[in-house]
Amino acid sequence: MAVTYRSAAGDVPAVRGISLEVAEGEALGLAGESGSGKSTLAMTLLRLLPKSARVTGEILLDGEDVLRMNWGRLRAVRWASASVVFQGAQHALNPVRRVGEQIAEPLLVHGIAAPAEARTRVAGLLEQVGLPAWRARSYPHELSGGQRQRVMIAMALACSPRLIIADEPTTALDVMIQAQVLTLIRSLIADRGIGLIMISHDLSVLAATCDRLAVMYAGRVVETGPAREVFTGARHPYGRALAEAFPTVGDPSSRMAPRGLGGDPPDPMRLPGGCSFHPRCPVALPSCAWREVELWPADGAAVDPADHVTRSTETRHTAACVHVLPEPEEESA
Amino acid sequence: MTLLEARDLHVEFASRGRRARAVDGVDLTVGEGEIVALVGESGCGKTTLARTLLGLERPASGTVLYGGAPLAYSARALKAYRREVQLVPQDPTGSLNPRHTVYEAVAEGPRIHGLRDERERVASALSRAGLRPPERFFPVYPHELSGGQRQRVVIAGALALDPEVLVADEPVASLDASVRGEILALLLRLRAELGLSALVVTHDLGLAWNIADRVAVMYLGRIVESGPVEQVLSAPSHPYTQALLSVLPESPAPIVLSGEPPDPTRIPGGCRFHPRCHVLAAGKAAEAGVDGLCRSQPLEVLPSSAALQAACHYARARQPRL
Repeated sequence: MAVTYRSAAGDVPAVRGISLEVAEGEALGLAGESGSGKSTLAMTLLRLLPKSARVTGEILLDGEDVLRMNWGRLRAVRWASASVVFQGAQHALNPVRRVGEQIAEPLLVHGIAAPAEARTRVAGLLEQVGLPAWRARSYPHELSGGQRQRVMIAMALACSPRLIIADEPTTALDVMIQAQVLTLIRSLIADRGIGLIMISHDLSVLAATCDRLAVMYAGRVVETGPAREVFTGARHPYGRALAEAFPTVGDPSSRMAPRGLGGDPPDPMRLPGGCSFHPRCPVALPSCAWREVELWPADGAAVDPADHVTRSTETRHTAACVHVLPEPEEESA
Repeated sequence: MTLLEARDLHVEFASRGRRARAVDGVDLTVGEGEIVALVGESGCGKTTLARTLLGLERPASGTVLYGGAPLAYSARALKAYRREVQLVPQDPTGSLNPRHTVYEAVAEGPRIHGLRDERERVASALSRAGLRPPERFFPVYPHELSGGQRQRVVIAGALALDPEVLVADEPVASLDASVRGEILALLLRLRAELGLSALVVTHDLGLAWNIADRVAVMYLGRIVESGPVEQVLSAPSHPYTQALLSVLPESPAPIVLSGEPPDPTRIPGGCRFHPRCHVLAAGKAAEAGVDGLCRSQPLEVLPSSAALQAACHYARARQPRL
């Protein structure tokens, strides 16, 4: 899939050809920073992008291409088959309507429940996310940040979707509230067999919540694989930098030694040539300035070069870096 | 030597007709060249405490001292004080005027204080904040900068007055993960090169581990545990600190406290943490024979000492030195 925004200043490639899949009951973590294209990707999945965006490729939801659905079908799919938990619950809720009405809305719109039944369902949903049923009568401003995020999750669950896309669901929350929300998300995935795509710039949060991780940089997936493996043994230098950005408290090597990357995330309108990470890369080779490497198995297992492309979208650990290629590294020119 | 000090500080607000004790008795010091992390959840009073130390809030009682002298609240005294103790605000995007260039943003402080050699000051502040060569950034507007560069401009604005202390409120919370380390490294470098002290207000324990010498953990208006970072974060004594550390993503056995931090208009009696305390709930406090104290006996304000200390009946029953 690829997404390009057309703007007065020219085309902005936000997502540059990526393939991902999520199974039932599986949690996929999408890591990246501003400009990496991760939020664009999330919005694209349900066609929530502005008109200026041009999307190519396929987005298959239970085998059906979201990009080719007619408007009516798309409306039916949103909320009922897949729903989104947006970042910043403060702004995503309507401030002048009670939260119970807002949770009930997709149920009523989709004709899933009559008003009386919807009220019962709302009470049940609130309970599932750990809020008392009387909270249905509250307005968003009467709730704390963590409670509002729970309301957002209840809304996302209302129509029993098969897939939930959560964009930075805990970013604005305190550690304790974050832990509560993550525990809730994990248990919902496990109990209901929902597929989850969770987006964050905090690799440690994703590693603790998800089965698999995909690290995005400048619109591409640069590393993917089993969550623990990617988090503790990242092979792409950017994956490694993200994993080290949040220190493990108690780890002597990070004491008084914050680790970061020089430079800034690239501007999608002026992407560097070759590997787009090379200007910030601590281990770049001269050839990285012109050579872009595809995802390649990085788990050390033997590779049949003929099938690396098909395997890369499966569950093994892959990285798009010249240092994981099996060939001998070029002579340091 | 102690540079900045809070002595039995109380700050109150009216909240829906009730009295909110946002800061409810705090002793805290920041020494010369020391980096102190003040950690706690939203609503614990850490930002109010920081604002009071900056002279932006008047305490209901207690004293802020700078260099051993109590802070005076006349406009003139405050202006002089703010040259010494500078705020680095949260969210650089919101705190920079989008219509001011980098030069104007950094020159604002020196102009207010009527300092000479404005251009040199701005150039030197930018380059100390890691924006080099500084002249290249003079005509640039905030929207042309990345998040990390904006935060550096905000820090340069503080440095332009040659302060002694920086009070930084969540200095990296709004930054990208890869940029975070660079900004924290900058704070460490400013301490090494200029001897700057800093009070860093954050909910991020990893930040404290990365850069702070000492940490003070705040809960509902009080500091409940403080001491050297290695001791407090490697072997926390207070059940609240234990819980905060246990919910970090890498932790093996999370203690997820239920509910939100309680309300500063209704501070519980006894130990203020007791309604959420997992040690009390698990019956361990009763085994140690202190559960009655937890429910009825408030703890005193922790003195501003550099040594490890915790305001907890159970921890004291087990480690009498605390």
